[in-house]
Amino acid sequence: METANIHHIGNPTNRVDGRLKVTGAARYAAEHEASGLLHGVIVSATVAAGRVVSLETERALSVPGVVEIFTHENRGSGAWLDRNWKDEVAPPGHPFRPLHSDRILFAGQPIALVVAETLEAARDAASLVTAAYEVEQHCTELEVKRSEAYEPPEKRSGIPPPPEPRGKPEDAFERARHRIAADYRIRAEHHNPMELFATTCVYEGKDKLTIYEKTQGSQNSQGYVASVFGLKTKNVRVINHYVGGAFGSALRPQQQLFFAVMASLELKRSVRVVLTRSQMFYIGYRPETRHAISMAADNEGRLTSIIHGAVAATSHYEDYQESIVNWSGMMYHCDNVKLSYGLAKLNTATPCDMRAPGAAVGVTAFECAVDELAHEAGIDPLEFRKRNFATLDENMGKQFTSKALSACYHQGAARIGWERRSAEPGAVRDGHELVGLGMATGMWEAFLMKASAEAKLTPDGRLQVSTAASDIGTGTWTILAQIGADALGLPVEDVTPMIGDSSLPASPVEGGSWTAASNGSAVLAACEAIKQTLFKHARKMANSPLTAASFDEVVFLSGRIALRTDPDRGLSLPEVMHASDLDEIRGSGKAAPKLLQMRKYVSYTHSAVFTEVRVDRDIGIVRIPKIVCAVAAGKIINPKTARSQILGGVVMGIGMALHEEAMTDHRLGKIMNHNLAEYHVPAHADIADIEVIFVDEQDEKVSPLGVKGLGEIGIVGTAAAVANAIFSATGKRVRDFPITLDKIIR
Amino acid sequence: MIRFDYVRANSVAEAVTALSSPGTRALAGGTNLVDLMKYDVMKPRRVVDINRLPLKDISERESGGLRIGALVTNTALAWDARVAKRYPLLASAILAGASPQLRNAATTGGNLLQRTRCYYFYDTSTPCNKREPGSGCSAIGGLNRIHAILGASNSCIAVHPSDMCVALAALDAEVEVVGPQGVRTIPFPEFHRLPGDDPQQDNTMQADELITAVILPPANFGRNHTYLKVRDRLSYAFALVSVAAALEMRDGIVRDARVALGGVAHKPWRDNEAEDLLNGERPDETTFRAFAERLMRDAKGQGHNDFKIELARRTILRALMQAAAGTPQNQSDKVIR
Ligand SMILES: Cc1cc2nc3c(=O)[nH]c(=O)nc-3n(C[C@H](O)[C@H](O)[C@H](O)COP(=O)(O)OP(=O)(O)OC[C@H]3O[C@@H](n4cnc5c(N)ncnc54)[C@H](O)[C@@H]3O)c2cc1C
Ligand code: SF4
Repeated sequence: METANIHHIGNPTNRVDGRLKVTGAARYAAEHEASGLLHGVIVSATVAAGRVVSLETERALSVPGVVEIFTHENRGSGAWLDRNWKDEVAPPGHPFRPLHSDRILFAGQPIALVVAETLEAARDAASLVTAAYEVEQHCTELEVKRSEAYEPPEKRSGIPPPPEPRGKPEDAFERARHRIAADYRIRAEHHNPMELFATTCVYEGKDKLTIYEKTQGSQNSQGYVASVFGLKTKNVRVINHYVGGAFGSALRPQQQLFFAVMASLELKRSVRVVLTRSQMFYIGYRPETRHAISMAADNEGRLTSIIHGAVAATSHYEDYQESIVNWSGMMYHCDNVKLSYGLAKLNTATPCDMRAPGAAVGVTAFECAVDELAHEAGIDPLEFRKRNFATLDENMGKQFTSKALSACYHQGAARIGWERRSAEPGAVRDGHELVGLGMATGMWEAFLMKASAEAKLTPDGRLQVSTAASDIGTGTWTILAQIGADALGLPVEDVTPMIGDSSLPASPVEGGSWTAASNGSAVLAACEAIKQTLFKHARKMANSPLTAASFDEVVFLSGRIALRTDPDRGLSLPEVMHASDLDEIRGSGKAAPKLLQMRKYVSYTHSAVFTEVRVDRDIGIVRIPKIVCAVAAGKIINPKTARSQILGGVVMGIGMALHEEAMTDHRLGKIMNHNLAEYHVPAHADIADIEVIFVDEQDEKVSPLGVKGLGEIGIVGTAAAVANAIFSATGKRVRDFPITLDKIIR
Repeated sequence: MIRFDYVRANSVAEAVTALSSPGTRALAGGTNLVDLMKYDVMKPRRVVDINRLPLKDISERESGGLRIGALVTNTALAWDARVAKRYPLLASAILAGASPQLRNAATTGGNLLQRTRCYYFYDTSTPCNKREPGSGCSAIGGLNRIHAILGASNSCIAVHPSDMCVALAALDAEVEVVGPQGVRTIPFPEFHRLPGDDPQQDNTMQADELITAVILPPANFGRNHTYLKVRDRLSYAFALVSVAAALEMRDGIVRDARVALGGVAHKPWRDNEAEDLLNGERPDETTFRAFAERLMRDAKGQGHNDFKIELARRTILRALMQAAAGTPQNQSDKVIR
């Protein structure tokens, strides 16, 4: 029982699901079996706009083992109204309906599903399906449509539009001593989680399905299936115990879910559909963005004007929106600010949230521009940021519940050795390499969402905590066990978390870095309810040492409920349950945003990212020997998984800075590097020393646990810090991401 | 992916017989062939597995040099003690390519015959003369960042992606093939070909021939060599430009220079006339610059890949400096010294 005295929250804890994962015992969506399972393979459109005139399926149907080929002509019927197709995360517009009609809106759009007894037969047959198209003009190039950008008429729920302009940004710009104006471009990126998108739909009898799904929200998928196919919610169970990465790509139900369910209902058989890696390039993605930024500062380096306009790509059928420019109005103090955000329609699938949607690109462009202005004003970029420190969210005129950003600046600078930085770019050489230091600030909103949980204590001293959360590799399984263990004073091994199942208590999708705070707080509340019950019974027991105590006067420690002032006097939890004849104690709990508090306060996670880069002066190869990411994220529940989240975010930030880019042939409207050999993400050799610092930050307001969330902050600012370091090393300002070597030697 | 027959050859003769029926392909490590079959790019009717053939040895040749069996894996070849000692340039080039996992599976013969990584070649929904003769070349006027700057044609601007082959070109290797007519040896410069009007033909082998070995003549350049590969990330990417350089030096003078380029043409690129500019000269920057200039004299960009011309010049210069100094590029050190 010794270990029970440790506080699990704040203690680096191994993943409770780690062993299952490394031994392969953890099953992912495509790894579940069902008797008589059929396999579906999707056929994708090869043109970017037009109509399917005819589909030749004869040859495919003759492949032995093929059961059915679904096209827009014979698909199963789905719901009629748009709203039935809207999932929790859907942006405004008309959600995509696979095989709805002969219309092609984007290349890679599914035009048929081949279902066969074996995967091999389905693949073979799918390669034999041919389509004739009536081709129409398409456009996949943001630059072409940029001038037609429009303000989305209907706003996406949860995404604040840019604030109204404040002050006189144009006048201030004209009058300012120091100013810069720059255009930034960040190319489209694709999530590419390791796990392919997959659904295994188990047909359990008439209108009843168990669905193993790659999703970040089992209940979101459940709701979608029920509403699209007119099923009773209770007859649709979606399970996503383990998710092999997602980064936002599995927030919305993807094509394979529709297809597996449609085929299953039509054929009354269990069906599995897995997307190929190439097909994953034609589902949601991080849209390309263009940024026009102008900024000015006075003699002392105080910001006097910020103007940031961004244009992002969306599809022809939905207005996908993210918060891209708002950050520019709240990261620093400035009285004259104008922010705008427009969309341009392209022949692509609707973009979707990708790690730190909005901030990852908006802050990258903005923080590079800040670096430009600091340089123009002749002020060290870190000093420049400190001088313009924002103590309020000036977009909303609200206070921060906490903002330990100064500590991030301070500790990060010390660890990278910021004092080494030369004010003059291109001045430090080591052999053939030019050495530079760069930094940027990062920011991400700390959300608290509605979530519910249940907890159950049994007389053997074991606790079960459950909520329909998802763990996309972030460590949710583990932190929920830690939270339960601390609440009831149990060893973490005695707590069984249950997540990844739509039949569990209600949970939002796993996104926005809100799971730890929201589901964690709900679990905490459920455990509190159990504690109350235990206390009530303990007090009533004969000779109870707690008879005279109030709830505030007891503690739960080492499997016991005891007096705070004299912990030797207490009772073990099993003792209480046996004496009270209880088989189990159940508690339920909820978390919800604090609406009253939100009138005055906002909550954000902050970071400061510092990088050292080395650039070969002739050949342009960039190396990043060190990155320091200092984060202020409130309480850190599990420093081990928390650090992993930041590492992953930083690596993705390096990818954004140097590697990641969807290469589209705009003549064809097709992405051409649709595989992991040609779509580059950082390789091991690109990643050297990444140091993660969690600065101390106490925040009682942000969430009952004091937690802010960590999934996204690691990427925010990282690409800018790299780009700024490249400028420091070479004197070259590359404003087009990724910064491949040709842009440096050009 | 299409259905195909699978046979396993137990002897070279059996393999050659199998290859003589149309639509048959040899399967070695499968790291390229299987990928291309999954993408429907290559659709053999029959696959003959050659992995049981006795072509896995590296042996000494009487006239000096080594004979490398076609099935020696890239890993085995790179880490062979004789190769590491006598042909470190080859070992280095192999280790600059792919990943350890791929090199464990990839074979010497397969590496020679790996196909281009041109995006369009891999995507059957786009025109490509190499995949579908006569359909057109999508890379011309399309995405051609990774394409050829030398020796391209109006039919195809693809590059050969191998690193190993660039070293083999510099080493004056030969390829031994066996066909129904018996054994023949193809000098390396004649093995791969330029695209011309029939880019579907990567090399000068016949469909019914089998590679049995690669032959390395003796080499005399000590430490005066390097393999310098420039790519879009620090590992696990194909070369934008690579340079295999070997200098035979005596008394501070270059006696025999061999320089091959990768990532720039449909075959590993060598230019003997340009190399003559180096022979008899002092290994200094001026000489090397003139050489690089000369090598790039006829270089032509396609738009996205224009940068490769200047990049190639600079890489050649750096590589030659490394070779002259006897400080070959270390493939695990990502700093280019
Ligand atoms: C992701 C990825 C990254 C890579 N990166 C690099 C890189 O950076 N540099 C690099 O150089 N390479 C790279 N490669 C390519 C790799 O080197 C080749 O795939 C490999 O060398 C092919 O060898 P194999 O034995 O697997 O050939 P296979 O795939 O078995 O065969 C390739 C071709 O050769 C034919 N063939 C094979 N052996 C014989 C023979 N003995 N006689 C006649 N025909 C034969 C086959 O029929 C087939 O057409 C990469 C590959 C991948 C998948
Ligand atoms: S460059 Fe060659 S391989 Fe690429 S599309 Fe053109 S013809 Fe095909």
